[in-house]
Parts: sequence; C-alpha cells; structure tokens
Amino acid sequence: MSDVKLEERLIHAVAGLLSGSGHIACGVLSPIPGAAAMLTARREGARVSIIGSELPAYRCDGGVELFDQAAQGRVDAFFLSGGQIDGQANINLHGIGAYPQMDVRWSGAFGSAYLYFLVPKVILFRLEHSRRVFPERVDFISAPGVSKPGVHRPGGPHALVTNLCVMIFDRGKGRFRLASVHPGVTAEEVRDQTGFAFDLPDHVPETVTPGAEDLALIRGEIARDLANPYPRFARDVFGIAA
Amino acid sequence: MTRFLSTPDDLAALVPDGASVGLAKEPLSPIALARALIRRGARDLHLVTIPTASMVADMMIGAGCVRVVETSGVTLGEFGVAPRFVEAVKTGAVEVRDATCPAVYAALQAGEKGQPFVPIRGIIGSDLLANRPDWKVIDNPFAPGDPVVILPPIRPDFALIHALKADRFGNVWVGPRHELKTLAHAAKQSLVTVEEIVEHDLREDEAASPNLIASLYVAALAEAPRGAWPTAAPGLYPLDEAEIASYARAAKTPEGFAAWLGGLESTPRAAE
Repeated sequence: MSDVKLEERLIHAVAGLLSGSGHIACGVLSPIPGAAAMLTARREGARVSIIGSELPAYRCDGGVELFDQAAQGRVDAFFLSGGQIDGQANINLHGIGAYPQMDVRWSGAFGSAYLYFLVPKVILFRLEHSRRVFPERVDFISAPGVSKPGVHRPGGPHALVTNLCVMIFDRGKGRFRLASVHPGVTAEEVRDQTGFAFDLPDHVPETVTPGAEDLALIRGEIARDLANPYPRFARDVFGIAA
Repeated sequence: MTRFLSTPDDLAALVPDGASVGLAKEPLSPIALARALIRRGARDLHLVTIPTASMVADMMIGAGCVRVVETSGVTLGEFGVAPRFVEAVKTGAVEVRDATCPAVYAALQAGEKGQPFVPIRGIIGSDLLANRPDWKVIDNPFAPGDPVVILPPIRPDFALIHALKADRFGNVWVGPRHELKTLAHAAKQSLVTVEEIVEHDLREDEAASPNLIASLYVAALAEAPRGAWPTAAPGLYPLDEAEIASYARAAKTPEGFAAWLGGLESTPRAAE
C-alpha cells in the first residue's frame, strides 16, 4: 500500500507495541509516539499523559507527579530516544567525545536516568537509523539499558523503532533482535546501517501495514487531536492547521 | 518583610557574585531578571535549573554570568540546541553538573523540608552517577541488599521567579506551577518579578490561595510587565517564536551573540 506514509506506519507499529498498557506517558516533542499513544487510547481505552502539554486531557502536574507515578508503578509505557543508542540499549543524551568537555554536546539526560528503570515498557524511538546513531558502545551512558542483579529495576527497554525497522530487546540476554523491516528495507540494509551486533532471525517479516479502520482513525480524530500538542507535525504530515 | 522595589535591576543588585540561583523551566522564564543580572555584570553564579532550562540559561551563560550550571538539560527545544551553553561546556568556561529531572525535584523537596538527604530510585550504573561525587549509593537500611542513590538537598541562595501577579502584601500567585512554590520554599530567599501587583489580599480568594508563594519566602518583588518575554506567560502572551528563532540564530556564533547582547545593553527596555 504505497499511499501509507512512513509516519502512519510507525504510529501503527508503535501502537501495536503499546497494546495492553493502561497508562502511557510521552514527551511534548514526540509526535509519532504521541499519536501511537492516542491510537492505543482509542482502541483499548489507555490513559495518556503528555509532559508539557497544556491540554487538560493530557496534562500532568509539572512533570513532578509523573515521576512519582512511575516510581509507584502507575506508568506502564514511556518513550526515550538518544543521540546514540547501543546494542545493550544504553542511551546517550549528553554528547560525543570525552566527558565533560565533549566534542559534541547535547542537551542532557532529562528524566531518562530514572524513568528507564521504573517504566515497564520503554520504547526507544529514533528516525535516523545509521552507524553514527547506533554504535557498538555509546560515548556516555545517560541511562543504562540493563542493570546488575539486585538493582531495583521493574522497567527497561522493550523495543527500538526506527525509520528502517522494529527491534525487540531481550533483557535477559541484553541484546536486540530484528523483529520486522519496513516495506522496501532488507535485513542486510539494517545490518549495514547498525554499528552493534543483534540477533537476526532467518525470516524477518515486513512491518504490518495499518488496516483501513486504523488509518481512518489516524488520519481523522488523531490527526485533529495532534494539532494541539504537536502543531507542526499535524500540519506537515496531515495538512491540519492548529 | 517583602521589599517592594522599582525594577528588575534593583532585584539583580541584591545578588552577589558567586551566589547560587535557581530558576524553573518554561513557560514564565525570569527573562527580565536575567537581563538585569547581565546588565549588572554578575559573575561566577551557580545556576540550578528546575529541572531544565532554555533561552534564559543560555543567555546568562553566554554573557559570562555563570561558573557552574547544575541541570537535567539545556536546550532551545524546537529552536534547536542552546548554543552558548554547548560552547561553554565544550571550552570548560562553565562547569556542568549533569542531573536528571526527578533527582532535581527530589533534592529541591529535601531542601524545602530541611532534610539532610533524599533517596531516589534509578540512576545506578549511569555515567551521570559516575560524574556526581556529591551523589552517593547506600544500602537500603530497611531492606538490605537493595542499593539506593541518595542526593544532597538543593537550597539555592536565591530563587529567581517571574509570575503573573502578586499582592501588595508580597504573596505571589503561581497558578498551576506548583514547582515554583517548591523552589521558593527550598531557596534561602526569593526574588520575584510579576506582570502586575494587585491591591487586594490574594489570600482571601479561595481559588487563588492554594497557589500562592507566601510573602514569608519573598525577599523582594518588582513589577516587570512582559518580564517573561519572549517566553510565554500563559493567559497573557504566547511564546514569541520569531524572537526566539532570532536569538537561536544570533547565538550560534560568539560574534552574533555579542551583537545580540550589545542590543540588550544599549536598549534595555526598548524591546520590552
């Protein structure tokens, strides 16, 4: 189905990963995860909190309460990204080179070093699938993918969604497995563009194309709802004005 | 008692070089106060962001006011990286103490409560912890075999706050921004600019009274209309996208930032 945009496919794929989550939280600069959370809300009745949103339905108390909720186990799914993400799902939000006077400096950890431990299903999301972004080892561990036995860690990485594929993280093995490739992408291409080793099954399916019902939801109600927290995205992808 | 002063410059004059100052993330960045500190030529400040910061921190760092920045993230968000912050960290002009948002909130709450330290989940195994000698790991005294991070309290010398209104008794209304109350409670004293000082006692309004910083915490107060500009003051004015985009462009180079700063020094009130 060539008329399905990559964004729509990703929204649908992420919503599939979110299935079963009662309370999904996401950041205000994450339109695709935000849309996926809204789709899950419509399909299954999940509650959605968007950090930084002014909308009463999605607002959370200054961010503070969300962190408390996470520590109590009241947040089921969250999204993180990274300037670098490695094969053990360590994420780097600080920069490239030797800390602290790094060659390239990014913004900082935000809530990652905490939420990654406490939210059961963390989905990593990054739209640039390259060896630069996915090296064998990150330069700085803003938040570790796995923890030693004895460290309180009900949460952690569940999947990695990129512009090329979906990978699932095995916390026991501390390793990703290629779960699906988007149409037109091969497993070889994913391997070439990934700097870390991962498990590659003999047969890798294509990422599922959203059905008519989901597409209608995404292009209708969700596109309209997105226009408030994510005006630029709604305008660029769905042509909807805020 | 709260002192009522004429301008943000009068407030900035109360902040000595080397002081620690805390400010909260957008909206309602204390921009007028930051401009006044820049005009005063403040130096060696220890800037604590609650828990992150944007343009306000970038401009103070670029102007050379800051020696240490304690933060969970500095970015201009949709407008890109915070260029002066990035440059100052790379050259070592500022020392960065990287944190994570809930750690900042927890340490601020410990400051508010006068606690000696506060435990927090997560963080173990990160390079953040490896680079914060002031953060420790203890064994849970109630359930041994459970390592837990503990943090020292955050108690800035000054909270720098911009709010929509205050009353003539020194009570400051913060609306839904509960973390501004926490910041004011944790700081040794608060310096506050407001859009408007009202005559009636805000404590008598049941809807407003839970959302007040009591005058007890407010050392000094000044009116500064549009004092958050170009960041937003919800209900009064939106984020000035063009102005922030223009700052983001100018601040990319030391020369561009110097020119932006020159405009600020020579016409301190014109743009406000």
